[in-house]
Amino acid sequence: MSRIVGIDLGTTNSLVAHVEGGIPRVIPDAEGRALLPSIVAWTPDGVVVGEAARRQLARNAARTVYSVKRLMGRGYEDVKDELPRLPFHVVPQAEVVSIRIGDREVTPPEVSAYVLRVLKQRAEAHFGEPVEQAVITVPAYFNDAQRQATKDAGRIAGLEVLRIVNEPTAASLAYGLQKLAEGIIAVYDLGGGTFDISILRVKDGVFEVLATNGNTHLGGDDFDQAMVDWLLADIETRHRVDFSTDPEALQEIRLGAEAAKCRLSFDERTVLTIPFERFTYHRDIGRAELEALVGPLVASTLGPCRRALADASLRPDQVDQVVLVGGSTRMPLVRRRVEELFERTPHSRINPDEVVALGAAVQAQILAGGITDMLLLDVTPLSLGIETLGGIVSVLIPRNTTIPTLAKEYFTTSVDGQTTVDLHVLQGERELARDNRSLARFDLAGVDPMPAGMPKVEVTFLIDANGILQAQARELRTGKAASIEVKPTYGLTETQVEQMVEDSFRYAEADVNARLLIETQTEADTVVNHVERALRQAGPMATAAERAAIDRALAELRVARAGTSRDAIRECTIALNQATAPLADRMMEAAIKDAVTSKRADQLLENS
Amino acid sequence: MSDYFTVFELPRKLTVDGEALQRRFYELSRQHHPDFHQGADAARQAEALTQSALVNRAYRALRDPLARVEYLIALEEGREVREGATDKPKAPRELLQEMLEVQETIEEAKAEGLGGEAAERLRGERRRLEERYAAEAEAIVARSGEWDRLVDEGGDRKALLEWFKQRLATRAYFRTVIDDLSDALGESEESHVPHRRH
Repeated sequence: MSRIVGIDLGTTNSLVAHVEGGIPRVIPDAEGRALLPSIVAWTPDGVVVGEAARRQLARNAARTVYSVKRLMGRGYEDVKDELPRLPFHVVPQAEVVSIRIGDREVTPPEVSAYVLRVLKQRAEAHFGEPVEQAVITVPAYFNDAQRQATKDAGRIAGLEVLRIVNEPTAASLAYGLQKLAEGIIAVYDLGGGTFDISILRVKDGVFEVLATNGNTHLGGDDFDQAMVDWLLADIETRHRVDFSTDPEALQEIRLGAEAAKCRLSFDERTVLTIPFERFTYHRDIGRAELEALVGPLVASTLGPCRRALADASLRPDQVDQVVLVGGSTRMPLVRRRVEELFERTPHSRINPDEVVALGAAVQAQILAGGITDMLLLDVTPLSLGIETLGGIVSVLIPRNTTIPTLAKEYFTTSVDGQTTVDLHVLQGERELARDNRSLARFDLAGVDPMPAGMPKVEVTFLIDANGILQAQARELRTGKAASIEVKPTYGLTETQVEQMVEDSFRYAEADVNARLLIETQTEADTVVNHVERALRQAGPMATAAERAAIDRALAELRVARAGTSRDAIRECTIALNQATAPLADRMMEAAIKDAVTSKRADQLLENS
Repeated sequence: MSDYFTVFELPRKLTVDGEALQRRFYELSRQHHPDFHQGADAARQAEALTQSALVNRAYRALRDPLARVEYLIALEEGREVREGATDKPKAPRELLQEMLEVQETIEEAKAEGLGGEAAERLRGERRRLEERYAAEAEAIVARSGEWDRLVDEGGDRKALLEWFKQRLATRAYFRTVIDDLSDALGESEESHVPHRRH
């Protein structure tokens, strides 16, 4: 089996890791950096990812996409509240939101694919061979559509996603491999955009998730936003400027707020400085002020913790260890609240930024058959049900059921001769269908015409080890497999994903072409500069014929340079080089002569 | 589909050694979990997926003493069990009067605008019902041994089966009313009793 890497596709940063000599390690980039900022920017020179894209945030706000994980597997209704805050343009489509970049629209999985592709290349450079399979982590509380979107992103990036693993569970694997976890473990994972709590029983190499809960829209980004709102008000009071509709200024404030927030995890006070065009904003901030701003957000993580404990039938004092994962758990306030709830000091012995990627690498190694004594038993975070009469949900698979799992349900017809049955599948904990997340509408087709109530269609709902639903249908009286047409409520269809995979090759090629064109143009410019300088310095050295040839070649290159044909530019560049060759030779000779002459003079002087 | 007791090679009895069950669950999982069949062909992988799903469901039904009773009853009656079904159970006759009174309390509290005192009354009702909800479970589980003895002796289990069914229905009804109380209080999300769980 080929090499499988583990990838943490984070809201803020992403990482790739693998197991080497029994130890999971993060694969750094050429500069030794482990974290790749999950930011993608469309620049005139092509698409850039990571640090280079981060530098575009405040310059090229409308074309720089960050925190796209929050949009993965989401419909317009889910995200409309936060759209006004995003500096890039999100197209309001019900099924899959997409982002408009110039005349192109990209979906969140395509944006994520750019990040994944860089990680893939990083791993390939490290191993010196192609990497085509990966384990990718997602927040434990991600629903079916969000998981599917992550899998789609992998495919678009040219990766076969062998497993989607829950982030807190992955973290527990990293701890478990190092024998740092045993007993009842609570993993509190607060990242850039999502929050998860998972309770596990770790015993004899078995990692059994007992319960999980969370919020896929709560993280460091929200803390930053709380600070941004506060800073905007302060700037308006003190400088009489309203920056709330200026995307570039907003990004400057956001970056400043984020940096100040991080410093306040270690320092009691910090000074925030943001240079704007007309003035420089200074603000002294204390940790207490930050805590007052984000206090309610941190407090809102405690409800899910209590619910997870209740679902696991455990009291807080029965938890043996509390592990902290995710950059936001560096905040002292978060640590205090967690400690109060579990009555136990939480720890993060493994780097909270890296532990999830390391765990993904462990899972990859398990799938590759390299680790055989560890067994992971995860759960589905949300109840799965179908809509019944009156819009009530009938639960088929309760939340926190160990996966894989399956449920069978029987359906019949209500009208004579009816040949199709419609099913509406939902995920969530509420009683009414409309309060839950619609997963898909299934059309059961090919039921033989029979009197109403006669057909008996058995539908098997199976949640696989990735937490993703698969459905099969069979008519029991005829034994005939009924066909199911799944219309996902949110998310891309198979055809759309295939199109994107194709596009990605095409665009990848276009991106490479764009870069090559720029390189050729730069080279042409360099040659033109040299020739112009040579003509200024040594024009009279050229014969009339040579001069005419040079001028003609120069003119032709200028025309070609204005176009986009790389071949034409290259040919004209070569022609210009050839036309100037005799002059260049003569200049070289003269220079040598000159050097010799001056040397003689030097010698004469020395000897005098 | 084989029944859950068969999956774990257990007799159809209500007394189960929890630790042994867990050990066996881990063993079976190591055997069937898809993680260990990644390199296999598609058919074997599909088989592992189904087997693993069956093991997981069986463990879930057997590990909890009350879920065991529910499963066994379904098995005895030869019907498919579905966990967590939300079809509202009908009020057992002897509870009708009492439950009507609870509904009245809810309506009154709502009419009063669910102020501090009214809300407190509802919380009190809920606490009382939660205690009875727990007591029902204990009462049911307490007779598990009796069932197993009847199985061993080949005695008539019909009466006990009927009694189990009634107690389970009563308990399910308490659950519904507790949920109604939580809904009225606007606390359904934070409800401290695990939602839809045994």
